[in-house]
Amino acid sequence: MTVSDREQRILGIIETARAKRAKFRDARITMAHGAGGKATQGLIEGVLLPAFASPALDALGDAGIVSLAGGDVALTTDSFVVKPIRFPGGSIGELAVNGTVNDLAVAGARPLALTLSLVLEEGLAAEELRAEVEAIARAAETAGVRIVAGDTKVVERGHADSMYICTTGLGVVDPRAALSPAALRPGDRILLSGRVGDHGTAIMLARGEFELGAEIESDTRSLWPAVDALLDAAGPALRCLRDATRGGVASVLNELARASGVAMVVREADVPVHPAVAGAAELLGIDPMYVANEGKLVAFVAPDAAADALAALRAIPGCEDAADIGEVRTEPPTMVLVETAFGGRRVMDQLVGDPLPRIC
Amino acid sequence: MRFVDEFRDAELGRALAGEILAVVEPGRHYKLMEVCGGHTHSIYKYGIDDLLPANVELVHGPGCPVCVIPMGRVDDGIAIAHQPDVIFTCFGDMMRIPGSDGSLQDAKAAGADVRMVYSPLDALRIAKANPDRDVVFFAIGFETTAPSTALTLKRARAEGVKNFFCMCNHVTIVPPLRALLDSPDLRLDGFVGPGHVSTVVGARPFEFIPARYGKPIVVAGFEPLDVLQAVHMILRQLAEGRCEVENQYSRVVPYEGNLRALEVLAEVFTLRPHFEWRGLGFISQSGLRLSDAYADFDAELRYAVPGVRVADPKACQCGEVLKGVIKPWECKVFGTACTPERPIGTCMVSSEGACAAYYNFGRFARERQVV
Repeated sequence: MTVSDREQRILGIIETARAKRAKFRDARITMAHGAGGKATQGLIEGVLLPAFASPALDALGDAGIVSLAGGDVALTTDSFVVKPIRFPGGSIGELAVNGTVNDLAVAGARPLALTLSLVLEEGLAAEELRAEVEAIARAAETAGVRIVAGDTKVVERGHADSMYICTTGLGVVDPRAALSPAALRPGDRILLSGRVGDHGTAIMLARGEFELGAEIESDTRSLWPAVDALLDAAGPALRCLRDATRGGVASVLNELARASGVAMVVREADVPVHPAVAGAAELLGIDPMYVANEGKLVAFVAPDAAADALAALRAIPGCEDAADIGEVRTEPPTMVLVETAFGGRRVMDQLVGDPLPRIC
Repeated sequence: MRFVDEFRDAELGRALAGEILAVVEPGRHYKLMEVCGGHTHSIYKYGIDDLLPANVELVHGPGCPVCVIPMGRVDDGIAIAHQPDVIFTCFGDMMRIPGSDGSLQDAKAAGADVRMVYSPLDALRIAKANPDRDVVFFAIGFETTAPSTALTLKRARAEGVKNFFCMCNHVTIVPPLRALLDSPDLRLDGFVGPGHVSTVVGARPFEFIPARYGKPIVVAGFEPLDVLQAVHMILRQLAEGRCEVENQYSRVVPYEGNLRALEVLAEVFTLRPHFEWRGLGFISQSGLRLSDAYADFDAELRYAVPGVRVADPKACQCGEVLKGVIKPWECKVFGTACTPERPIGTCMVSSEGACAAYYNFGRFARERQVV
């Protein structure tokens, strides 16, 4: 027996409503608008896109593509407001470089140059500033990008929490890359470049609010080596890439399912999770699939190239735990389903609300 | 994770599903109510329905602490949160529950100092760190969470904390169950009993369900194997013509409950003559307030609150959902006007709410076999 026709019809109506461009109807900005879930989507689709409509922006990629006479360049920008500014495995300076570099990388662009804006709070210790400047320089060197311009502002005490950083990145679109959400086909494999939820959990524990003792480090790193290896191994069979930052892997999968009208099925048992992350998430009632990463990508690869792509990924430092976690299907369109480790199925929806503010 | 993964073993799950099939009477439709929102959440999160034949239907009950808070209480909380020099603390889900004019999250965006806490002790800590401000904790939950509120209040008294207050919305589990069993539009074959509540009150208080109403109840844990096993135990009682209280969750639930916790509850709280439940109306002797001995900590005595009873929005059918009379998707506004990001009713907010669980996890066509 299938579900009742009436239930089916109501589910159909709901999906039609969800497929419409999100509206922004809130009276004020709440923390949920910054969480990367449905409220963020409403803000972007309801306020920002209508104001700035352009084909590059409408694509809603991690970077915008601009065509020049000599080829395509990718341009992106990101602000960093993480609290605390230093945490196991990294600091705001490294995030500011890697976050922007990764937005370029998953657009298929080799990162070239960054600009750097610092918003500093009155009273910030010079030592802390120096430490972050050094972290930025080191991360830029590792990622192979130069800092080519910058700006500095200081605000009164209490108006910025130590420091905020904004970086803008420029990259050259790699000739091997033909990445687009529209390229997804039923049967494509979903590859994940490593364990999920390390960054968000590390930040959460670093805040000391939960008194949980676990050694978890942020995964902040440049993803360009992983993208480079995937492009080499899979070429045009590499359909699309996303870095799974705010909102985690679940949000990325939902965004793409919605953008490309396909369904996705994830096998929960195959998703790599650090045992300490799984334990912390269990205690706090959070699903690691929604927890932020700062050095993990999701790759969609045509089925016949998936094994090679996965092997290439696993050879990259930081991606040793990469896994094939599921596949693209046709039904039910725009939805992400999970086959639970227990043997049942459920929907993995977009994030609602804000489990953890200011993680990047 | 040791002691957790063992209760999520897929192979054991399949074996139990086989045993369930063996006790199901062909052609009979079973309606079993899981009382507790924690069970509802587990059922959807692990896809437990997929392991049951289609004629074993799980109906979601009233045991979601956030879902049963009426709008008037939210309004009262917001009124306190807007008082000068107040830090208002509550659990995360509570922040999104709509009052008659917005939620606590909206109050926060409008300037009120509303903070999410994970336990009442966090709220007490905030009070000690801010001695010049009043810190109010919005306490919710059944007998499960009431002891932690009680112990926090005892500690506040012992440490002489004068700026910590509690707005008590604690409720008890038996009165709503009785109200539910007395309602004429209900047809249930048995109950999956609330595990967490029972760690405090024990299994004994549920004896009236088989004795007076002739329905079996099995107190169950929250892992998927716990729920499946409880379903199996209920079906076996039905097949064997038995009707009793059984305890699947004996690894943590003693029949007599936790006497120490019950003593603390009796010391810190007193039953209210009646308390309003979202969608269920007033139920007598179902809510707790602070006892006279703890009146100094009672936020409702310290602040003048509107205290107005606000009718549920007309379109909202939370009451029928909480009673298991309709399925979440049968509500007129489900998934269209009422969604997790813009909820009209409480059941769409908490992850333990039947509507939120169905919307977030269960919103797709399942193929299940009828026996």
